[in-house]
Amino acid sequence: MIKLVTAIVKPHMLDAVKDSLRSAGVQGLTVTEVRGFGRQGGHTETYRGAEYTVDLVPKLKLEVLCSFDDAEKIMEIIRSAAHTGKIGDGKVWVVGVDRLLRIRTGEFDGDAV
Amino acid sequence: MRLRKKLLATGVMMAGAMVFTSAPVWAQGTAEVIAEDVQTNLDNVFVLLCAVLVIFMQAGFALVEAGLTRAKSVANIMMKNLMDFCAGAIAFFAVGYAIAFGAGNDFFGTTGWFVGDGAFQYGTLTVPVTFIFQAAFAATAATIVSGAMAERTKFKSYFIYSIFISALIYPVVVHWNWGGGWLSQLSTPFHDFAGSTMVHMTGGVAALMGAIALGPRLGKYGPDGRVRAIPAHNIPYAVLGTFILLVGWYGFNPGSELAADGAIGGIALTTTLAAAAGAISAMMTIWAKSGKPDVAMAANGMLAGLVGITAGTAAVSSVGALIIGAASGALVVAAVLFIDRIRIDDPVGAISVHGVCGAFGTICVGLFATEDSDFWQQGLFYGGGAGQLVSQVIGVVAVGAFVAITAGILFAVIKATVGLRVSADEELAGLDVLEHGAPGYGPDVTPAIAPTPVGAAARQSSGASIEAGR
Repeated sequence: MIKLVTAIVKPHMLDAVKDSLRSAGVQGLTVTEVRGFGRQGGHTETYRGAEYTVDLVPKLKLEVLCSFDDAEKIMEIIRSAAHTGKIGDGKVWVVGVDRLLRIRTGEFDGDAV
Repeated sequence: MRLRKKLLATGVMMAGAMVFTSAPVWAQGTAEVIAEDVQTNLDNVFVLLCAVLVIFMQAGFALVEAGLTRAKSVANIMMKNLMDFCAGAIAFFAVGYAIAFGAGNDFFGTTGWFVGDGAFQYGTLTVPVTFIFQAAFAATAATIVSGAMAERTKFKSYFIYSIFISALIYPVVVHWNWGGGWLSQLSTPFHDFAGSTMVHMTGGVAALMGAIALGPRLGKYGPDGRVRAIPAHNIPYAVLGTFILLVGWYGFNPGSELAADGAIGGIALTTTLAAAAGAISAMMTIWAKSGKPDVAMAANGMLAGLVGITAGTAAVSSVGALIIGAASGALVVAAVLFIDRIRIDDPVGAISVHGVCGAFGTICVGLFATEDSDFWQQGLFYGGGAGQLVSQVIGVVAVGAFVAITAGILFAVIKATVGLRVSADEELAGLDVLEHGAPGYGPDVTPAIAPTPVGAAARQSSGASIEAGR
């Protein structure tokens, strides 16, 4: 059974998360620039003396494919690396993957992780 | 390379002149002739180089205006800057120069159309050098307006406007003063050395009329009537543009001496001090007001200091320049906030920088001129009485009223005929594709997620994203 671990993190935490995953032996990671809001609900900035709200805050979405057994561990690695304790740290979730295929070799599922 | 050769040639001629000057009596006549030639050539070379610096200010305006507006209309604002120079140069060549500097009456000139017979020529300068220097100034007055009308004006309407300001409105104003018209014939002549009023306030007042005729950008004011910031898309452009304008101003002010003489250094000094004081003062003012040293406002402050010193650059002391610059910097912040509040949307602060500080700087000549000269009287603060001050106020009011009326009519006529503003849909989508066919930033650099249009941040670079994620 293959799992997909997806995390939304603060953009400047990327290096810390990536390094922790690498040193834990994770071999693949996909990063996407995204925007959104959570409980943080955006924030205000000032420009030329007038305020404006950034209601969709820039974040990074990380995706890691792994085996069933590794999912919990990877969640914890991401959590501890991306943690600042301030609002807007993000979320991590895990979903099951029906099928996984490595395009180059044609390997399936566990062999393709 | 040609430029360098010319400079070298001048150097050789100067050396030659020095040899002759110390030569025996029989060579004296020749030496005088050569020295005169050298001075004439030097004047022409200097003023032409200054004209080039002033033309380079177009690049500064383009970058400031592009930087301080949104990415979706960046090609449009660049195009406006490109075309108002071109339209302005040809319109000023055809009719503007004759109206501004030709012989005529106290209000406009009537000789020298197409810079032909009877075209004006100043002192030792040739006709083309005089014209190119003045055309650069006309283009400066014209380009000030594009920023205030950014992100919502039909391109063809802007193009039509830029022909008329360079052909008619700006030249008439110039004739009143630099062209020997009625402002230069007051009992105490109005003094505007390099154009705080003639160039900057003219552009600033036209910008005001344009922004009023257009109305604010969609989303600039919330449903509750509160001012909403529409953030800049590229602060590095805006700051680079400001630096380019600063450099260009060393052509604008010293070049207005219209000769390579001993006065240019002092003019460059007051210009430098006012620019620096303006930026610092604007930074301090906005810092105190909103808690952060806003970059765009500090850049506006440098330009405010420069606009402020332009009228009195030759007449005031270093201390005077510092005071005028600092006051202009504080004034520009107050003006930007005030103009925002009265629901006139000026995305780049052109009305405040050029209109408000242009008027202020012109009036300052009547306060800070250190002593009498052929061109101005001692100012009020130095014991010279109110004579010059009164003339300065007359000039500011007259030029302001004339430009407000003529530009107001011009924009009203354009609005009633070809229309002034793009549709709401086009404005929301950005002007680039619908006005010009393609975006300023092509698909390979435009982010997949477009910035949310109203009240939200327009972020393009990952650098900004990291900052905002904190």
